[in-house]
Amino acid sequence: MNLSNKSLEKIEKLIPRFPLKQSAALPILHIVQEEKGYISKEDIQWIAEKLDMQPINVYGLVTFYPMLREEPIGKRHIKVCRTLSCALQGSYALCKKLQEELNCPLNETSEDGNYTIEFVECLASCGTAPVVQVDQVLHENISVEKASEFAQQIRKETEINIK
Amino acid sequence: MSNLQSIENVNVNIDGIDILVPKGTNIIEAAAQANIEIPHYCYHPKLSISGNCRMCLVEMGMAMKDRTTGQSIFEDDGTQKVAWIPRPAIACGTQASAGMYIKTKSELAKSCQEGVMEFLLINHPLDCPICDQAGECRLQEFATDYGRGYSRFVENKNVKPKRTILGPRVVLDDERCILCSRCVRFCQEVIKDDVLGFVDRGSYSTLTSYPGKQLDNNYSLNTVDICPVGALTDSDFRFKMRVWFLKRTKSICTESSVGVNTEVWSREGEIYRITPRRNDEVNDTWMADSGRDIYKQVTADNRLRKAKSNGVSIAFDEAHIRFTEIFPMGKTAYVGSSHMSVEEQFIFKKLIQENPGPIFWVNNKGEGDGLLISSDRSPNLRGAFITGLINELPKDNLDGLLELMNSGEIQNIVVYHQDITQYGISPALLKRHNVLYLGTHFNKTSDVARVAIPTLTVFEKSGTFINQQFRLQKFAQAVPGPVGLMPDINTLTRLISILRKESEIASSLPLIWSEMNMQIDQFKGLSFESLPDSGVLLDASAFDKINFPEVQSLHFKPNSAILAK
Amino acid sequence: MATEERRMILEHIDQPGYDNSIDCYIKHGGYEVLKKAILRKPEELCQEVVNSQLRGRGGAGFSAGMKWGFLDRKSGKPVYLICNADESEPGTFKDRQIIYKDPHQLIEGMMITAYATQTKLAFIYIRGEMYDGARILEHAVEEARAKGFIGENICGSSYSCDIIIYRGAGAYICGEETGLIESLEGKRPYPRIKPPYFPAILGLYQSPTVVNNVETLCHVKFIAEMGGAEFAKIGTPNNTGTRVWCVSGDVQKPGYYEFPCGAITLGQLIYEVCGGLNPGRTLKAVIPGGSSAKVLRAGERYQGKLKDGTEFDWTLDDIPLDFDSVSACGSMSGSGAVIVMDDSRDMVQVLGNINSFYAHESCGQCTPCREGSLWMKKITARMADGDAREQDADLLLSIAKQIEGRTICAFGEACAWPTMSFVSKFKEEFSEKAAQQKSTQHPLV
Repeated sequence: MNLSNKSLEKIEKLIPRFPLKQSAALPILHIVQEEKGYISKEDIQWIAEKLDMQPINVYGLVTFYPMLREEPIGKRHIKVCRTLSCALQGSYALCKKLQEELNCPLNETSEDGNYTIEFVECLASCGTAPVVQVDQVLHENISVEKASEFAQQIRKETEINIK
Repeated sequence: MSNLQSIENVNVNIDGIDILVPKGTNIIEAAAQANIEIPHYCYHPKLSISGNCRMCLVEMGMAMKDRTTGQSIFEDDGTQKVAWIPRPAIACGTQASAGMYIKTKSELAKSCQEGVMEFLLINHPLDCPICDQAGECRLQEFATDYGRGYSRFVENKNVKPKRTILGPRVVLDDERCILCSRCVRFCQEVIKDDVLGFVDRGSYSTLTSYPGKQLDNNYSLNTVDICPVGALTDSDFRFKMRVWFLKRTKSICTESSVGVNTEVWSREGEIYRITPRRNDEVNDTWMADSGRDIYKQVTADNRLRKAKSNGVSIAFDEAHIRFTEIFPMGKTAYVGSSHMSVEEQFIFKKLIQENPGPIFWVNNKGEGDGLLISSDRSPNLRGAFITGLINELPKDNLDGLLELMNSGEIQNIVVYHQDITQYGISPALLKRHNVLYLGTHFNKTSDVARVAIPTLTVFEKSGTFINQQFRLQKFAQAVPGPVGLMPDINTLTRLISILRKESEIASSLPLIWSEMNMQIDQFKGLSFESLPDSGVLLDASAFDKINFPEVQSLHFKPNSAILAK
Repeated sequence: MATEERRMILEHIDQPGYDNSIDCYIKHGGYEVLKKAILRKPEELCQEVVNSQLRGRGGAGFSAGMKWGFLDRKSGKPVYLICNADESEPGTFKDRQIIYKDPHQLIEGMMITAYATQTKLAFIYIRGEMYDGARILEHAVEEARAKGFIGENICGSSYSCDIIIYRGAGAYICGEETGLIESLEGKRPYPRIKPPYFPAILGLYQSPTVVNNVETLCHVKFIAEMGGAEFAKIGTPNNTGTRVWCVSGDVQKPGYYEFPCGAITLGQLIYEVCGGLNPGRTLKAVIPGGSSAKVLRAGERYQGKLKDGTEFDWTLDDIPLDFDSVSACGSMSGSGAVIVMDDSRDMVQVLGNINSFYAHESCGQCTPCREGSLWMKKITARMADGDAREQDADLLLSIAKQIEGRTICAFGEACAWPTMSFVSKFKEEFSEKAAQQKSTQHPLV
């Protein structure tokens, strides 16, 4: 299991905190995904063994929660909220514009491997709609008009980080 | 309310009928007692309550009582006033309590049933013409009885994997699955092999096993039995026969001394499948996959269909005569079988009395699985005890017989159903004796027999077995045996008649039972016809000291007194 | 009625100079209430909450005191407390403010609650998407632990209780209390059937459990501080304390605003507090309590009797913002999320968006919700796409009625009510859709 020592330590510290081992499944899945970018079948089996669970039950968790994924994605994960308040403020149009600007089809990774654009459900910031979450950061009030500027910003950041 | 030992009975009113049930009985069972059907999918009497299909929604109310005095409040016409709850309740999750009123046919209940039925059908594929479940499909049955009768769905149906090979014996069609979770709960709770689960969510939820892991447990076919639709199907039975053509016969599984109750499905003399029959005292609603395959013995290549003498086929009559010629000439040893029915063992004992000799018995040891296969792989060892053929446990080998054969003390060996070359007797040694074989299949013993007379498998005759609990259970004939072959009890009776030079009296089960009734203590008062389907527990006190090999299985605990020693 | 906020929960939110550190919190009097509460008897604190008539702020509005009272104390099993910070109800964003900007307020409220209910171990279940929020809470818990407010021997007393921060992973159904519990146990978050799995009896790990919303737990601190009877004086009978209302949609100043229950009307909130609609627009519809709540149509009149017998006759603008008044008008105040829609909005598209949300979030456990939510989504999507049929409006209503009340959890109502209310209140828009476009009549229907 090729997880960093840091993650393995985190996991070892985490499991005994819960009265029942199985509770640690979701936190461990988060740790694995945050380090590796996605959750592989080996990871699922490792977690199942560690927690005395059956692999099918860990697999059931990975496929249930939209945040957990089995495939790697682009370097930047762009999630546009599509629920009512954001949709009312034009999040669908915003998403389309971002796809065009970043050359990235919806629910897929761009060819240069830099971006993945997805819709997500309500991110609980409806007062500042439309909102977009890029990786771990929430960006508020990203109206359609601001789409190009926003896409520019993301591109710049990504390119700086790649260098 | 009356107190029955420590169980309190309560009165529940279902559709106007008062029913007295133990407190806590769930409403589906309570209604069944009054012959009222509450349609359901996910509920199963032997599994935990899931409550997710919502088909058993009923209207529920409580008898209104005055808050201060506790007295019942009545309507103008004198009937009990009922406070009906506007929200329907699931019958499987509702436990009977005093003063409960249930309506299963009210407007609300009907609307719930039609609604759930409609929802189940909107994404269900139009597979009936090719689906094995047709004819025993609860979706079909409840749609007819409780559905709206027409479809309002014009959208596209969900597409899911079809024809997934879930395991060596089970095929999964995910589009047909109604996500009742019976199979998942079965695997978790009964066989403790948690291999099935749901992935994805919402309407796209799909039943599956972990990629690479198979449902290959020896109880996998029970999931097919309990699947209310054609999602899980038996790959052996796939596309073979429509169930409405099949005749159902009650039988007992001969795989082990558990005595699993079964149902044999046949048509025109051919068996198509075996399914478990519910017996809450023996096997609940389950059986092992390996037990289901036993019907294949009937048409196996090595099936003995004709009588043989020294390897040459002869007519049955001739075989009987040759048997009776050889039989009295010399000392005879006997090897019986725990596969014989009680009736056959009784008659066998009479045959032995014509030429008394040592009786040997082999054990059919196997690995027990703690569930429905015991370590005794024969259905009727205890029958041999009760009929007096043996009085101690059979050994692993036939050393005693071998000694007698080597010393030349015996000339004939009557072998019933066993291949004694597997127990230390070489075929060469056998050849030097007169082997008189009765059995269902060819084997090394029958090959060297002077006379080999075919017998019937459990599917081709009726009779009784006594299982590990000392429970007497009966089985019925499902298909006819090989052409011209008499039932074994008649064959044995005939042999005895010829030996005694008496005119033959055809035997029958009632006749044998009237004899056994008088001669065997444990059978007093019993008759074949009156034996209930759930069997009868016999008085086993005579065999208390015997350390039977079986360990704990589903409804069986070994004799604790002996274990304690 | 004044339209000035009374910021109790939101007092320090967005306050210049205020940060989310424990030092700042303590400087403003933080944890003093916990220090005093822990010297009192737990039953006393529970009684204060009962006296306060505090109702849950997560959406159901159930009496918190009564919920705590249901805890099974006879089984000997440990008691667990779970803070439901899985804020996912569309339109709601109040808990985010508390978690990000004043987390210690939540922790103090939680620890008082934990002590009052004699909880063994407490959890905060937070949105998986709130990465920073989880980090802020982890840090806040460590700060509080270092000062003896969490963990062993809290404030020097014999009471010990720890808090574990647990992150969700994008499922709305984890906001349902038994779904949350299943998720916390490491299983697929399928809500449990009730009876018998009432959290207060058979909750987390089959032990008695209390699940409360973030805002509800924050109010507990105020109740412990001023006493239940004093708290009950804020707001109106049975609708006590302040509530944080989240406004989004077609208003000039969307955001979060805190008022005593019943202190302002819906009209005042929209037109005075939130600056009214966009220029040139008129009000068309308001969803008063998160997308699960039934929609209110502008121009409707609500008449009837309140629980205490007083008669009411309100227009949409007149509805007082509390629990019971909104319910009396045939909707619910839910999570306090007000979504405003003006006359530029196509109701079929709006419902399509809402149905799409519920179809996506349905856990799939029980038949009516699993199949019905997707069916309704498919119909509204088809209608919005221009392929509507005459019978679709009635069909939608019929399907929604077949879901409501028939499911394991309240998600059934949540996905059925929007369809029921939008289609029946804006019937003409749904019926006209069929006439507008050339609809392809399905041959079998």
